[in-house]
Amino acid sequence: MPTLTLLHDGRVDEISVADLARPTISPEQVESLLGWELKPEGLCKGYMCIPVDQDDLVREDGLDLRVLADALQRPLVTEEKHAVASLGASHHDRAEALDSLDAPDFTLPDLAGNLHSLSDERGKKVLLVAYASW
Amino acid sequence: MINVPTILWIDEEGRIARPNDVAFGSNDFKEMTGIDSELHLERLRAWVRGEGPAMTPEETRAVQTLPTAAEQEARAEFTLAWWLSQRGHAEDAESHYVRAGELAPHDFTIRRGSMLIRGLDPMGEDFMKIVNEWTEAGNAFYRPIEPVSAS
Repeated sequence: MPTLTLLHDGRVDEISVADLARPTISPEQVESLLGWELKPEGLCKGYMCIPVDQDDLVREDGLDLRVLADALQRPLVTEEKHAVASLGASHHDRAEALDSLDAPDFTLPDLAGNLHSLSDERGKKVLLVAYASW
Repeated sequence: MINVPTILWIDEEGRIARPNDVAFGSNDFKEMTGIDSELHLERLRAWVRGEGPAMTPEETRAVQTLPTAAEQEARAEFTLAWWLSQRGHAEDAESHYVRAGELAPHDFTIRRGSMLIRGLDPMGEDFMKIVNEWTEAGNAFYRPIEPVSAS
């Protein structure tokens, strides 16, 4: 069975698929990789459920990745030749996170390779400057 | 974050006190950009010294630009293109870089940021071509959240 490389949430995971042209993902991997569980009422995370047409979503070999991405409002783009797909973040989720005004944490190395997280600076005012040397 | 420079103020509790904005640390590029750095620097100093306010949450939300579905798809395309480029599949990556730029033509972190790896010049004619196309269509290359133009 071919393997699809799935780029998502800053991670790279490999999933086995029957058909690279119409990839599927197992319900177990949907839960372990994406945090959603398929229940009779839909795709659920915690106490939140998204109704989904399970006739479209559920196939013999797993959950249709495109239907799943649509249901979660996450963009999915693929390059079949190299068996790779990129599952982006939902604009609703990103907008909700930004609307909270909580600065998302991140960790980056300095020139010496030492890692710094934004959360390390808690208790101080922070000016974050993004620039580029191109 | 759709261009550089982008600045962001974050308060002691990790909350965004001023959302993504265009600001320079000096006036070295003032003639080129038309943006005077001093207004932002004055406000920043006042905020750090506790002499002036940051924005209220309501003001911050009012000027915050939230991502669209097209922008998120552009980022997914860019992620895929970058992955392909890093593995030596430049030819197959190209259509994904192009598509990302089509989906988010204002996102110069994607358009300019992908130029070097695509064999294009991010500081020369290739870059000026996309900037000129963008600005001649009536769009601003820098979009500060309040007027900070040099007089």
